[in-house]
Amino acid sequence: MRDSSPGASASSSRTISRVVADPEDISRALRRLAHQVVENVKDVTNIVILGIPTRGVPIAERLAKNIGDIENIIIPVGSLDVTLFRDDLRMRPSKALEQTRLPVEGIDGKTVILVDDVLFSGRTIRAALDAINEYGRPAVVQLAVLVDRGHRELPIRADYVGKNLPTSLNENVSVQISEIDSVDQVEIQSMTEQL
Amino acid sequence: MKHLISVQELSREDTVGILDTAIEFNRVTDGGTKMLPTLRGRTVVNLFYEDSTRTRISFERAAKRLSADVVTFSAKGSSVSKGESLKDTALTLNAMGADMIVVRHPSPGAAHRLAHAGWLESSVLNAGDGKHEHPTQALGDAFTLRAHLCPGATDFAGLTIGIVGDVLHSRVARSNIFLLGILGANVVVIGPPTLLPVGIENWPCQVSYSLDAHLPELDAIMMLRVQQERMNGTFFPSELEYSRTFGLNRKRAKKLPEHAIVMHPGPMNRGVEITAEVADSPRSVITEQVSNGFIVRMACMYLLIGGDLSVA
Repeated sequence: MRDSSPGASASSSRTISRVVADPEDISRALRRLAHQVVENVKDVTNIVILGIPTRGVPIAERLAKNIGDIENIIIPVGSLDVTLFRDDLRMRPSKALEQTRLPVEGIDGKTVILVDDVLFSGRTIRAALDAINEYGRPAVVQLAVLVDRGHRELPIRADYVGKNLPTSLNENVSVQISEIDSVDQVEIQSMTEQL
Repeated sequence: MKHLISVQELSREDTVGILDTAIEFNRVTDGGTKMLPTLRGRTVVNLFYEDSTRTRISFERAAKRLSADVVTFSAKGSSVSKGESLKDTALTLNAMGADMIVVRHPSPGAAHRLAHAGWLESSVLNAGDGKHEHPTQALGDAFTLRAHLCPGATDFAGLTIGIVGDVLHSRVARSNIFLLGILGANVVVIGPPTLLPVGIENWPCQVSYSLDAHLPELDAIMMLRVQQERMNGTFFPSELEYSRTFGLNRKRAKKLPEHAIVMHPGPMNRGVEITAEVADSPRSVITEQVSNGFIVRMACMYLLIGGDLSVA
């Protein structure tokens, strides 16, 4: 899990999880985000939505569908794997790459909306900005996340937030999306020392 | 995975993982035209004890595309020609701080020795060791086969692939036979008995001495170079007879199924194992093999030294 907190792997620890968002909460949040995007972006026909694998991609698809339904257009969606651009690449073993699929329209001159499940340190988004830079020059880049859990390490913030979720560093936020996990929910898992 | 010495160390999952990663590399670099920052600050040493143009350039380009520092070290014109041993060269390179050594050597096992003798902390990538193995060539060929015959498949079950010619001297054939075996393909090795290695009956392949009998069933045919420079005896009566019996010409190519592709690891002896006409025909994927080899090498370099090196 990309957002697992440091120091949370002691063998004597126990995980307690609680669900903080159910399917209805998630779909309501994504509908609200869609309306905010439509309100905020002047030319919706110029939008390209890019999800960051893995869970950012189905969220991006749902957001695009919501926006499309509101405006009666089809919003192009793609996926953007940022692994090769991460600054913490050297801190974990290398793994196989996820898919990068840019829409055929490309991203030059577009309003690109990046979508991820959880915004945490901000390093994923920094890497995504570098990756975007490789593929073109969008007119605007904005960020939409389902959950903002705080603890930023870089000066990055989201333009659209589904749910602000203040957490402590020994908690782990797990977003589950039915396309991948067969259920829609957001869970906070906290590690407690077993005495 | 710290080293890549032999395809026989790979599982089917490892192999498919490498091939999938290569597909993504192909996409994100636009077929290798774009730079990536992935290996910035890493040093890759190409240590070549044997003449090679395509493999050396391919590795060099792959490392440079990933922003690594590349040092190329060929035995000619280096301290090796003054008599330095493999061990001393390795110790020197280690002292200079190489993260990866890409090695080509005329002796089978040289790459393994370099990786496991305790001389080096670097990752070692085998770029061909004598008649033993050439894993990245086989991975590139698997990438080509998969792209043409079964895109996205996680195994090669149901595919029949013919490997024809000088298997005895060919590390490419050896790596391909074992890798295709790992992927579950049906491999038919065809050649004169003098050019098939002793013990081949224990390899994951069928053996045949007749090319014509198998042509209609092959999904892909891989022609091997007749390696005159490695031959110190008479393995067949004459080049002409060899090419009549085992060469791929227009007549034979016509007997292949419609969808079958023609492969050759290069460099080709046109007119010996393959005619120019077939080599340049639309079903030949020989130049694609070169570009796919480059893509797969990028994927292997990223997987070997892209992440945390201490947990390899």
